[in-house]
Amino acid sequence: MNKIVEKVYFSDYVVKLVVEAPHIARSRKAGHFVIVRIGQKGERIPLTIAEADLEKGTITLVIQKVGVSSIKLSNLEVGDKITDLVGPLGNPTHIEKVGTVLACGGGVGVAPLLPIVEAFKNAGNKVISILAARQKELIILEEEVRKHSDELIIMTDDGSYGKKGLITDGMEEVIKREKIDRCITVGPAIMMKYVSLLTQKYKIPTEASLNTLMVDGTGMCGACRVTVGGKTKFVCVDGPEFDAAEIDFDEMLFRLNSYKKEEENSYQRFLKKYQKA
Amino acid sequence: MDRLQEYLKKERAQEWRAELRGTLKAKDRTNMERLSMPEEDPAVRSTNYVEVNTGLSEEQAIHEARRCIDCPDPTCITGCPVGINIPKFIKKIETGDFLDAAVVLKETNALPAVCGRVCPQEVQCEQACFYTQKLGKPPVAIGNLERFAADYEQNSGKLSIPVIADRNGIKVASIGSGPSGLAFAGDMVKMGYDVTVYEALHEIGGVLKYGIPEFRLPNEIVDVEIDILKKMGVKFITNFIVGKTASIKDLEGEGFASFFIGSGAGLPSFMNIPGENYIGIYSSNEYLTRVNLMNAADPDYDTPVISGKKVAVIGGGNTAMDSVRTAKRLGAERAMIIYRRSIEEMPARVEEIKHAKEEGIEFMNLNNPLEYFADENGRVCRMKLQKMELGEPDDSGRRRPMPIKGSEYEIEVDTVVVSVGVSPNPLIPQSLPDLNISSWGTIKVNKENMQSSIPNLFAGGDIVRGGATVILAMGDGRAAAASMDKYIKQKIRAILPLVKEFKSIGEILEFAGK
Repeated sequence: MNKIVEKVYFSDYVVKLVVEAPHIARSRKAGHFVIVRIGQKGERIPLTIAEADLEKGTITLVIQKVGVSSIKLSNLEVGDKITDLVGPLGNPTHIEKVGTVLACGGGVGVAPLLPIVEAFKNAGNKVISILAARQKELIILEEEVRKHSDELIIMTDDGSYGKKGLITDGMEEVIKREKIDRCITVGPAIMMKYVSLLTQKYKIPTEASLNTLMVDGTGMCGACRVTVGGKTKFVCVDGPEFDAAEIDFDEMLFRLNSYKKEEENSYQRFLKKYQKA
Repeated sequence: MDRLQEYLKKERAQEWRAELRGTLKAKDRTNMERLSMPEEDPAVRSTNYVEVNTGLSEEQAIHEARRCIDCPDPTCITGCPVGINIPKFIKKIETGDFLDAAVVLKETNALPAVCGRVCPQEVQCEQACFYTQKLGKPPVAIGNLERFAADYEQNSGKLSIPVIADRNGIKVASIGSGPSGLAFAGDMVKMGYDVTVYEALHEIGGVLKYGIPEFRLPNEIVDVEIDILKKMGVKFITNFIVGKTASIKDLEGEGFASFFIGSGAGLPSFMNIPGENYIGIYSSNEYLTRVNLMNAADPDYDTPVISGKKVAVIGGGNTAMDSVRTAKRLGAERAMIIYRRSIEEMPARVEEIKHAKEEGIEFMNLNNPLEYFADENGRVCRMKLQKMELGEPDDSGRRRPMPIKGSEYEIEVDTVVVSVGVSPNPLIPQSLPDLNISSWGTIKVNKENMQSSIPNLFAGGDIVRGGATVILAMGDGRAAAASMDKYIKQKIRAILPLVKEFKSIGEILEFAGK
């Protein structure tokens, strides 16, 4: 179990791993996530499930190298095992036929967005997907998302691919053009904040899938708490998706930086060790 | 109950026990002083993680064992949630047969080295001891003796494996590997069942691992007891969340006949006051899990923890004591308990409060948090408190804390640990819509037999009680094991007469499939 059977580099920073996890492959639904731990001294981090293959009993994880744990995970090769892998966690996305769905993904947020796009499409919706990133190399899963979308729009900050501009620029064009019944967004917290502000302006019901810090991921520690509609909610058991207009994104942005100093120190220690080896 | 009395009487009448009683007059026994548990120096221990209580020596244990007068009516046993034959194990210590004493413990208790450390004996067996009840003297130190016998066995390297009945091949599962699940597993495997324990985390032991700190219960001690269960044949599967990874129905399909749910406490409670989500404010569950389970205080480990110089822990229970004493060990200059009632009303064990005081913990009783403030990075830097006074008794019988108007003031803090309780883990109830749940989120069971509204599901520990002790959870696990055994055997008896009417094994299997 937990053996890596395939590894693909999307870019220098983003890696796709296909991992043996037959139980999770069978039980997972769009919106679910897993918790992984790498090595006996590793930390527990949440990762969303991009795809699952029932026949092969595998799930697909997409990892962006941002700190010690994600680098350790990205450094694993085919045949290696992930020390601990548990899931599927969280509540599945509420899928129904609503009409036209605007799916907005940023960075590696596109990985968890993929099964959501697929599920909304299969439920009979028209799905317009917008993928955004800083530059061309960071756009991932383009073909997979296109397969399940009626229309695909690519936005890059520097204009190196698709249209130049922010995700909200692309969204506004679509919103002005046609009626959108629901918006789904997954990506960096700051991006989701602005997606939410835009859809509030046009009164489009919007769900945001949050990726906060977690320890156990099973509703025990409360590290993942966010304020939604003035109440404290736990992303792991109440989420990960919430009504975007109700989310206190500013508080979430602060909390995501809880360990900035510790993470930097840990990264420097890791680099030293790594260079020695 | 009568059969138990009869059994105890017979045991007590055994020659060695009678002889032993004759070696020292009861009056001389009761004139002996209770020995206190030796402890590490507070100044040293508050800077490291060594266990605070160091354990009795052999001589001390024998001395303490001699105080027990081996009553004809051993009331102490009625105070033990797992029904240990207390006089028998103590008399085995008195005769120096320490390994035999451990065997007696393990007849009814899967985790004696754990219980000897974390049970609140002062409100259980020791409260029911003849010394407390009739003499008004300090009771026999039953807890310290239990720990002594269990540790002696662990250190001897001659671990006894309890006797196991013939395997019956019937598969049962525990959902959760905390104290209730381990007690359940120990009893079921002894009765011959094929037991699997599922655990959501990567470590076995539940709260014994993530919650209780090393200085009170070293993980090594827990692992030895888990190893014995493994040797008895219990299978453990980590990283598996029943209700998520696979459903109860899936597991029934794999042949499991019945389940014990011991999924424990879940969601930490917060006070819902302004600023409670600032950086540096933890639930006690998170703070302790980071330090105990994830080793966050060791820079070799990847998990970080914020623990500053001015740490406020909100609450008055054992978990609050564990958190504040952990903060001290992580280098806090001020480690404070903030509790809205007086020290007498604190739910923590007297021993924990005493240890905390010795280690320099500040007790700010009759104070209640109102609000937190943060610096420009969102990190907590101050808190507003209000002074309280005690009013009339409330539902719990304790005097109700009343705010004193105009008494608000502020103190500087850089870390806060909120330890004001938990609500049950929601994962199992979420996955079983037909299960009867209380408005608190606890699983409703028949208190006689721990059976839930779904006949083949039994439950115990914090998922039923909301928040209790290790030993009460273990008592539930044992009670559930006994009634699950009865339940399964009744089912089998109902089918047996039919078996004769079948002409082939194939017919039986076909019938069983229905």
